[in-house]
Amino acid sequence: MRVAGKGQVDRKHPVSFTFDGHTVQGFAGDTVASALLANDIKLVARSFKYHRPRGVMGAGSEEASALVTVGRGAKQDPNVRATVQEIYDGLEVRSQNRWPSLDVDLLAINDLAAPFLGAGFYYKTFMWPKAFWERVYEPIIRRSAGLGALSGEHNEDLYEKAFAFCDVLVIGAGPAGLMAALTAARAGADVLLADEDSVLGGRLNGEREEIDGIPASEWAADVVDELAAMPNVRLMPRTTVTGAYDQGTYGALERVSHHLSDASGRPLECFRRIVAKRTILCAGAIERPIAFKNNDRPGIMGAAAVRTYLHRYGVAPGRAVTVFTNNDDGHRTARDLKAAGVHVTAVLDSRKDGPDGQGYPVIRGAEVCDTGGRKALESVSYRTVSGEEKLGTDCLAVSGGWNPSVHLTCHMNGRPEWREDIQSFGPVEGMVPGMTTAGACNGTFSTLGALKEGAEKAKEAVEALGFEVGFADLPSAEDAPYNMEPLWAVAGRGRAWLDFQNDVTVKDVKQAATENFRSVEHMKRYTTQGMAPDQGKNSNMGALAVLADATGRGIPETGTTTFRPPFVPVSIAAMGAGGQGIGFAPERFTTSHEASVTDGAPMVEAGLWYRPSFYPKAGETKWRQSCDREVLMVRNAVGVCDVSTLGKIDIQGPDAGALLDFVYTNTFSTLKVGKVRYGLMLREDGMVMDDGTTARLGEEHYLMTTTTAGAGPVMRHLEYVHQCLRPDLDVSMVSATEQWAQFAVAGPKSRELLAQLVDEEIDNARFPFMGCGEITVGGVSGRLFRISFSGEHAYEIAVPARYGESLYHALVEKAAALGGGAYGMEALNVLRIEKGLITHSEVHGRTTAFDIGMERMVSPKKDCIGKTMSERPGLYGDEREQLVGLKPVGAVKQLTAGAHLYEVDAEPVRENGQGYTTSVGFSPTLESFLGLAFLRNGRARHGEQVMMVDHLRGVTARCEVCDPVFFDPDGGRMRG
Amino acid sequence: MVELVAKTPCEGLLPISVGDVSLTEDLPASLTMLTARKGRLEACSEVLKSVHGVAMPKPNRATGTQAARAIWFGRDQAMLVGVTPDSSLLNEASVVDQSDAWAVIKLEGDGAEAVLARLVPVDLRAATFKRGHTARTMLGHMTVSITRVGEQAFQIIAFRSMAKTLVHDLQRAMESVAARG
Repeated sequence: MRVAGKGQVDRKHPVSFTFDGHTVQGFAGDTVASALLANDIKLVARSFKYHRPRGVMGAGSEEASALVTVGRGAKQDPNVRATVQEIYDGLEVRSQNRWPSLDVDLLAINDLAAPFLGAGFYYKTFMWPKAFWERVYEPIIRRSAGLGALSGEHNEDLYEKAFAFCDVLVIGAGPAGLMAALTAARAGADVLLADEDSVLGGRLNGEREEIDGIPASEWAADVVDELAAMPNVRLMPRTTVTGAYDQGTYGALERVSHHLSDASGRPLECFRRIVAKRTILCAGAIERPIAFKNNDRPGIMGAAAVRTYLHRYGVAPGRAVTVFTNNDDGHRTARDLKAAGVHVTAVLDSRKDGPDGQGYPVIRGAEVCDTGGRKALESVSYRTVSGEEKLGTDCLAVSGGWNPSVHLTCHMNGRPEWREDIQSFGPVEGMVPGMTTAGACNGTFSTLGALKEGAEKAKEAVEALGFEVGFADLPSAEDAPYNMEPLWAVAGRGRAWLDFQNDVTVKDVKQAATENFRSVEHMKRYTTQGMAPDQGKNSNMGALAVLADATGRGIPETGTTTFRPPFVPVSIAAMGAGGQGIGFAPERFTTSHEASVTDGAPMVEAGLWYRPSFYPKAGETKWRQSCDREVLMVRNAVGVCDVSTLGKIDIQGPDAGALLDFVYTNTFSTLKVGKVRYGLMLREDGMVMDDGTTARLGEEHYLMTTTTAGAGPVMRHLEYVHQCLRPDLDVSMVSATEQWAQFAVAGPKSRELLAQLVDEEIDNARFPFMGCGEITVGGVSGRLFRISFSGEHAYEIAVPARYGESLYHALVEKAAALGGGAYGMEALNVLRIEKGLITHSEVHGRTTAFDIGMERMVSPKKDCIGKTMSERPGLYGDEREQLVGLKPVGAVKQLTAGAHLYEVDAEPVRENGQGYTTSVGFSPTLESFLGLAFLRNGRARHGEQVMMVDHLRGVTARCEVCDPVFFDPDGGRMRG
Repeated sequence: MVELVAKTPCEGLLPISVGDVSLTEDLPASLTMLTARKGRLEACSEVLKSVHGVAMPKPNRATGTQAARAIWFGRDQAMLVGVTPDSSLLNEASVVDQSDAWAVIKLEGDGAEAVLARLVPVDLRAATFKRGHTARTMLGHMTVSITRVGEQAFQIIAFRSMAKTLVHDLQRAMESVAARG
């Protein structure tokens, strides 16, 4: 219920949203949790395993119970903490993990079976029969256990990634964080202040106290105003720092528009990578629960959370509140409730020397031993030396002390240290280089202590960066000592919860110890305690204490489990923001792209490039029709194909030839200016790396071409060779791939076509086969290479890329007049198979120059990269699978790539394998399927027959082995 | 005789303007990659200064102005932007025409830093990345060159073939920044 005159929510702005279809009223500034509590809605969720009724327990990101689903359909967001989700008009919230409804959950039958469902139950029970696990047990378990679900639909929400840099990153904007940010900012440092909450101030907004004589929340607001006005400060509310990584790098998740009904183009979330020179962690502390029988009923909450609901949201979570505490903070809750006019039934103080009540009864030496009420708390039973008593109450505020939030300090494998004074683990300086801790996360729990420590740590940090810090007065604030006497679990029978999120009880932890899972890491995995979104925020200390007790060790000897990033759940969509759909990789387009698309060519990806597969003409309904036509067009007239995607590397310098001689197997220093030579390049391990032609444009000037896929790797290889192996060479390499639009013009009418476009005369004298030179096209300087990948009389013509589209149009138009036209990748592939020319299908990284029949290209007169390694035993000889051609000669005329080869009478099993096919295509020229294959000792087996068996596609074809060059073996057509 | 028609890398894509940030295509007269010959970096710089008034830049720096600018691109390497290189450079450096290889664009406006902070993983804050500073880095998935050319103006050089993705990614970041107001 709302308490008149309390809270910072905006009562002038009512907001309505729905919870399980029912309209709920709240105010601007409310969270789902505070609005539900204001409307006396206690039952919010069902638990993970037993489907126990659960309510709101906390008031921040540590919430373990009140997990809900927000939104619907593709936008559905499961396991949202109701304590973090701000409300807005139209917000749709649903409970989860219940069937058919939250109120009547039939799966709560699990709760009755609880004696059987403890730790290790699944491991022990569902062992056999083995086949049942996947088909029977797992689906059943998955249906009954688990929390929210994803929609399974494609998420269209906008997510964002961003990078940020700063001098000082302050994590958490409570008293320590605000003071740290202020100190660093006033000194002139570039400060980034991140806090999970929508309103900065931390616990100052949830307490009734004063700083410098004004209410603490007002003091916080004043500081935030001052910071916001400074140009060197960036405030990041709703931003959780999720992980600490190397070299001052932090991950952070900003909830950008989760709180807005209309995002107006804003992303839902932004995942930031922050790099800070210094970091001050002011993450605060999390109040710990106490384990006792039935301590999970809706209405049982953290004592500090109760104060937050009262002071920040003006909500009393109950009409008659009982407090159970082992420290003075519980009394604070009682005092504040009393002052606000809320009835306090009693303070049950487990200590024998707790303070007196101020207008409310205090029962010292009392421990809660049971609670009543299934869907909402109705009563509390407590035990003192004089026996058991029962109290009627609808809210139990529990405080078991505080655990410093040391999570981020542990992300780089540091271990926190046990501190006897606060009975908890605290951070150790230097666990994360460049990070210090201040305030409650450092075990300093009073407001004054936090303010002081924040200022001091900031001073140290910025002074180390060379900033000067002036003298500043410390504000006055409360400085109460932390009086606490540890109480982890109340002894007794019945289930006492430690981990509310994963339904782990005291009994489960003891069971783990009994079964010899005594190491804390083993216990964690056996019971699932501290796993999933909770990451031990609520349950770790309690579970450790119980395990320590059960194994007869102290807590420091027992140690903690490992805190891992992220601190709060981070959606994968945020981490991969921008990567959906085409955002996955850049798209590279040739200058002829639009023209090809206009002509209806389906584009295929070649690396990041898009290339046309074929150009369908009217009446062609299958790709093969287009491909066959394009092949014959090249063989009989002329074809045009964009080959700009092939890598072009401009190599210059007095030692350019020496570098090429070193990276290629054959010699280039002897190549004449104006000539082109085919080259083969090996990796250091002796396998073929890449191939292509290299032209000599001048005495000290070469132009290397690589395959499309090899452009990047070859450039990297050349740089490596030059920088690491041959720094003595005076040579430079620059990629010219993007500079030139280059087109293959192939076919008997290619020269006739070019004659219409090129300003100069093209004849065999000036452009013999493998010749090259400068030309002009309509006055534009270009280059012409007489090279052929089709076996025809062919050229490649290059102009600066700005003219690419225009030249392409001109080429295709002129070609059409000669009975030719554009051809795509399919035809290009068939043309080169007919000629037995290799691509990366053949030089796939496991073949040598010997394998592809080019061992004679490895010059005996010089060394080159990979030469020695290619001469290792086993890399040459009869045992090697060697490149051959295949032609079908049996009833089946189809060949497939990737099929395996066997002797004709051999059983087609792995042990009998003789080789495999790498490229196949239907040759309209030779009216047959043709294949390139690697066959054991293949070059000696021309004329033999083998069986090609494709086990995957179910194709078996009898083939004749032949030379890989099927068409025009003496090359008369391309030389002519 | 055929008449070839030129097309710019970002034709049909730019200019765009979102909020207070604009993205426009720069069309420098020429782009040239200069790589100093072995041991000739100083000599190359001297010649460059005498013929074009700009020195060979140190790593992560750019020299000169809009009219003629040399941007560090790699080891002993600079992209000469805006002027056609004088032939005297050929004695000291390898000279490769890159005028058609790159898309050159300019991102300008008060939110320009915020836009780049969504795509570029290096520190581009005004205090650390001043006018005349440059970086070979990533923009989204693309390798680019980014130079601060004004108070709130950055020149970005990316592969010509990736112009569409370049504009797409920047436009998305511009919209995201503008939406936050």
